[in-house]
Amino acid sequence: MAECHPVGFRWAMEAKARGATLIHVDPRFTRTSAVADIHVPIRVGSDIVFLGGIVRYILENERYFHDYVVNYTNAPVIISPEFRDTEDLDGLFSGWNQDEHRYDQSSWRYSDEPADPTLQHPRSVFQILKRHYSRYTPAMVEDACGVPERLFLRVAETLCHNSGRDRTSAFCYAVGWTQHTVGAQYIRTASIIQLLLGNIGRPGGGILALRGHASIQGSTDIPTLFNLLPGYLPMPTAGVDVSLKAYLDAHTAGSGWWSELPKYAVSLLKAYFGEAANANNDFCFDHLPFINGNHSHMSTVADMADGKLKGYFVLGENPVVGSMNGRLQVEGLRRLDWLVVRDLALIETADFWRDAPEKFPTEVFFFPAAAHTEKDGSFTNTQRLLQWHHQAIDPPGDCRSDLDFILDLGRRLKALYASSTEAKDRPIQQVTWDYTNAESVLAEINGFGVTDRRPISRFTELKDDGTTACGCWIYCGSFADNKNQPARRKPGHEQHWVAPEWGWSWPNNRRILYNRASADTKGRPWSERKKYVWWNPDAKTWEGYDTPDFILDRPPDYRPSEDAKNLERISGIDPFIMNVDGKGWIFAPTGLLDGPLPTHYEPLESAIENPLYKQQLNPALLEWRRRDNPYHRPFDDPRFPYVLTTYRLTEHHTAGGMSRWLSWLAELQPEMFCEVSPELAEEKGLRNGGWATITTARAQIEARVLVTPRMPALRVGRRTIHQIGLPYHWGSKGLVRGDSANDLIAFVADPNVSIQESKALTGNIEPGRRRS
Amino acid sequence: MPQKGFFTDTTICIGCKACEVACKEWNQLPDDGFVFSGLSYDNTVELGASTWRHVAFIERPVALGNQETALGNFSWLMMSDVCKHCTRAGCLESCPTGAIVRTEFDSVFVQPDVCNGCGYCVVSCPFGVIDRRADDGLAWKCTLCYDRLKDDLEPACAKACPTDSIKFGDLIELRLMAEKRVEELHERGLTEAYLYGADPATQPGTEGLNAFFLLVDKPEVYNLPSDPVAPAKRSGAAWASLAVAGVGLVAAAVAAIWSDDESSGS
Repeated sequence: MAECHPVGFRWAMEAKARGATLIHVDPRFTRTSAVADIHVPIRVGSDIVFLGGIVRYILENERYFHDYVVNYTNAPVIISPEFRDTEDLDGLFSGWNQDEHRYDQSSWRYSDEPADPTLQHPRSVFQILKRHYSRYTPAMVEDACGVPERLFLRVAETLCHNSGRDRTSAFCYAVGWTQHTVGAQYIRTASIIQLLLGNIGRPGGGILALRGHASIQGSTDIPTLFNLLPGYLPMPTAGVDVSLKAYLDAHTAGSGWWSELPKYAVSLLKAYFGEAANANNDFCFDHLPFINGNHSHMSTVADMADGKLKGYFVLGENPVVGSMNGRLQVEGLRRLDWLVVRDLALIETADFWRDAPEKFPTEVFFFPAAAHTEKDGSFTNTQRLLQWHHQAIDPPGDCRSDLDFILDLGRRLKALYASSTEAKDRPIQQVTWDYTNAESVLAEINGFGVTDRRPISRFTELKDDGTTACGCWIYCGSFADNKNQPARRKPGHEQHWVAPEWGWSWPNNRRILYNRASADTKGRPWSERKKYVWWNPDAKTWEGYDTPDFILDRPPDYRPSEDAKNLERISGIDPFIMNVDGKGWIFAPTGLLDGPLPTHYEPLESAIENPLYKQQLNPALLEWRRRDNPYHRPFDDPRFPYVLTTYRLTEHHTAGGMSRWLSWLAELQPEMFCEVSPELAEEKGLRNGGWATITTARAQIEARVLVTPRMPALRVGRRTIHQIGLPYHWGSKGLVRGDSANDLIAFVADPNVSIQESKALTGNIEPGRRRS
Repeated sequence: MPQKGFFTDTTICIGCKACEVACKEWNQLPDDGFVFSGLSYDNTVELGASTWRHVAFIERPVALGNQETALGNFSWLMMSDVCKHCTRAGCLESCPTGAIVRTEFDSVFVQPDVCNGCGYCVVSCPFGVIDRRADDGLAWKCTLCYDRLKDDLEPACAKACPTDSIKFGDLIELRLMAEKRVEELHERGLTEAYLYGADPATQPGTEGLNAFFLLVDKPEVYNLPSDPVAPAKRSGAAWASLAVAGVGLVAAAVAAIWSDDESSGS
């Protein structure tokens, strides 16, 4: 966190100054470890063993928060008798279909039997969990992760000791944690720990995803993701969501908050298509783009390399350096007709053609972009907090903001298609495009009444009859009272400790999600020290320091009747209102493609065999088996005996577009380097400050050598595992140049979110510079 | 005007180098070249004419306080170094042109329009802070952001420091804060913590630093001298002998003048 988020890390340091214990788990001893109380070096790719070991520790030693677990999680729920665990099937859950390469999830369902609050039923989630992690012992953690048993126990005990009624613990991670073929399940394992310890929905608790850039949270809320519309509405699928009705029927839940989906979807269509959208034409539902498969980054690039794409827009990214298998990336770009790149500098993705050995047809358009100080806009951070930034100076020369560019492009497209009579051009003709500045965009995102144009102040005001328009339902209220709420900057010392008047957070300016869980079943705070929101029996309302995340007048003792529907089904003790059953899911009966419980699988390329199951890999992982994307053997590949991992340095920004062109940053880390242990240096004859060549089946790169005890060799089982650290910031352009670590990495991904496995792979290292 | 200075608490430095960058940006300093040093994460290596804040990275085979890691006896120290603005400043005392002055904030400031680039200050700094720039030949170092102080802004490095490892303020308050911090660290088991240069008693050679540090190992580990002395102070004995020699020279000169007079009068 200190390495990638030094400014956010100030709060971790402040917590430490106030007595918090900082635990850092990382293959390397980093700048975070340097100030942590406990540092745990770990074998890359073994995190589920480590975290599963903590789950086992909590269960075996009965350290879970009993009242929280019984009432607020699905631990007492009984699962279908057809369910089989990985313990029964040696690494697979019931329902695996090898031919279709996917799970049939029907056996993971809840059974109709009543939940068991004693947690003793053998098919209760609690007992299934206990069996699932029974072999994740401290000894197994030592053998699989290379973490000494004593150190593991210290971590587990510290975490348990610091959780409960009076205390809470938080998990913070940078997005490298997700970059595994089991990435989503890493976060799930942490979620299970936090639910067992009662650390969700409470101050000082939670799981904080520190994102890779400013406002990446914003870019999932107002998504740049292929499969989502704003506010986490699913993108319609061709041939399935054939009409608005079909779409709403398929995606609207029968209970919980997603029963409100039609209001959000119709209001979004009204925001997109304005007057043209009405009940008689499905609110222009068929103007939306429809997906027909996985259009995530790697799939798109593979399609590009196969000549299936004509054009490509790249805004504020540098995939030639920042994405996997750089050679395949470049191959993809060479097969395009046109490429548009907008960035601060002439980055590799815009300039890759210049040193190409042969000619190719891609026409590249480069547009210089404006920096954040040169434009108005908002950042949404990991806490879902929107903070407005005002333009300080005009962008230099021809540089323009992305907003200016997109606005202008839209206007030009509208002018081009104005006289068309073809049906396919109607979306362009009918899309509303009357923005004047960044604030006017925020106003549309916030939403308004269609007749009076009055800003919406809460998403509960939205309607599914076309009388409201809203660009993103969860952002309702960000422009309440016609005021830019994210621009509020009332200092913390002028308000109470939650500081609700600094910026604005979605939803409804709520700072902690699911905060109903900060109070007990009767609505009283779990403790005075951790008081946050509570039920006021006199006023008959939920109140507190934050906006309560609950139906305000729903008393804690409310229980739904058998025939209750939609929001009426949320009982007074259902804090997790986005889930259909209102409970925190320890066991996920649906939603994950690779299993209802996190299970340890080795990375696609590993040094060792899976020590827990016969099933070596995540069975559902996404592969791209093609000649230009070769894989190593799953383990013990004699050509590639070492483990590689990549990361960022504080001094550079991701693929370098914002740092390699700036002398003050470039001089701080001027050359690509690799970090190796003194033992590996000795074994391979690597000299500190000298050169090394690192090889995988995809590429060969050269790097300076930094020999350091901070990159320890680990004892795993009876073997010593050497891990090689590779920062990934360099490329062929800029003030400082070097080979790109990402060239080494293959296209392979987590099945749930299509995120690449870039933090764990194998490779070889030899002293000296590369030959070509 | 109260004396101003820095208290740099190295135990909360996270080595982000924001201080180095903020300093260079505010003062528009050039880069030091793009050279991989192989010295941990330190590639600017030392303070100089174009690096007025410098973060040292020390990988040492010693455990830090109660910190626990599977690496055993190991810790990684980081320290943001800067001009100390000494009470007895070697550079100022050696400057023959009066270019180096003490400001109303009690900081030591080089006036570039007066500096003639003689370099006496460079050899007179016991910390090796001040240096001449190759292009203009003049001596440069931290100004304690004199221009910012004039506008009631704290120095750029302190402003940029995300963890408040670099604290700027009134020296009297900084010293009290620092002493409290040392006590607190001792209570928490980091008994090695101590202040470097906080007062004349512990550092008589400089009579105390306006930019002082909290360290957890010997000064030499951080590339700081254990007993820095302003040259003028150390050469007290030399001054005395020089004074005697001076008196002798004056006497001879006077004698010569007198004899001239006498000869002219004759």
